[in-house]
Amino acid sequence: MSKYLLNKFLYTIDRDPELVERYRADPSGTVAWWEAEQANVILNCPSGERSTWLAFTDAERQALATHDYVQLFELGAHNFLTLTLFIALFERDYAEPLGFQREYAVRLSHWSVPYPDIST
Amino acid sequence: MATVAAVIASTHHPFYYRASTSTGTDRPPFADEWVAKIEAFRQTLTQARPDVLVMVGSDHFHQLWLDNMPQFLIGKAPFYDANFYNEEREFGLPRMFLKGHEDLSAYLLREGLDAGFDLAFSNELRIDHSITCPLITLRPEADLPIVPIYTNIFAPPMPQPRRFAELGRTIRRLVEAWPGEQRVAIIGTGHLSLELGGPRQFGPHGPDPEFDRKAVGWIASGDLDSALAEVSLDSLWEPGNATHGFMDFMLMMGAAGANVKADYTDSLDLFHTMEAYFTWYPDGAGGTPEQSGR
Repeated sequence: MSKYLLNKFLYTIDRDPELVERYRADPSGTVAWWEAEQANVILNCPSGERSTWLAFTDAERQALATHDYVQLFELGAHNFLTLTLFIALFERDYAEPLGFQREYAVRLSHWSVPYPDIST
Repeated sequence: MATVAAVIASTHHPFYYRASTSTGTDRPPFADEWVAKIEAFRQTLTQARPDVLVMVGSDHFHQLWLDNMPQFLIGKAPFYDANFYNEEREFGLPRMFLKGHEDLSAYLLREGLDAGFDLAFSNELRIDHSITCPLITLRPEADLPIVPIYTNIFAPPMPQPRRFAELGRTIRRLVEAWPGEQRVAIIGTGHLSLELGGPRQFGPHGPDPEFDRKAVGWIASGDLDSALAEVSLDSLWEPGNATHGFMDFMLMMGAAGANVKADYTDSLDLFHTMEAYFTWYPDGAGGTPEQSGR
């Protein structure tokens, strides 16, 4: 399991407006590109050394490639990172203020504490 | 020696800026009451006549990241840019530019290290809404130099709640021993019960009104012992999955002093999370206690 890498994907997409749009329009293509090109970039070493070992599990790749935030929650992705990025992706599709956020809560309503562990 | 002119603890609701500046049909029905409460709260800082603001908050995965995550960090820079693209996008927050107080930063780092806190530091720190929200509410001119202090309330493993309280106590003691005549306000923001990215998010109230009621009581009365007895890293998941931000309130209770009642207490039950505002005027600070807004 690579919760850290899930979080790194959510974090790096969220901070880049172009990547937010690219991930919205083409989730599986963006995930494939990101895992091949970006997953091993050390964020504080943008053009220097890279890591060599970071990769998604099949379940993680699938959850990201299908915008499945319920599955991301269950895999232990950080709740704040998932929420923030998914608001950016989908809030615009809901007419009612907070409509997306409330649907998000309903879709997780089968959960009660303790939630999946987000420790990395 | 410096004077602690005020100790202020508050929630930081990123929607306040948009709610308070919106007009017409965009203005939410609760905005006027919220603005009135914030303006009364702002007065508690204004009348303390601060020269410098020590600002305690937490980076929300903006600059601080899991490849190099500090537990407690003090900014030491002459200036701080503030707010990030995703805060502009989601909350409509403005970009801000703040002056730093490098001498006080350097002093708190040196003395804090020697007092048993292995503090991280940053010479180039972009500040996020945990610090800009209280500036917008309490000092919208953003004209005073700041010392930002970041805590990890976000990424397990986190420090124990008692360490937050001890750090607050230490910051207060160190500021009071800072050579000079400056008036320093220590301002920190945290959360009451809060859920983000979970099934209890964005409800009509905070996710755990009972926790909120107890927490407001602990803070208002300075009852750090009860808070420490009831709160643990494990227990804080129960009221809501982002409730570890309450540890920043515990830091501020440490700064205010155990069993010291707040001179000003107010709260506002909003959708999503309860707002709460507290001000203490340490002895000799020269502030005139406000009446409670509650």
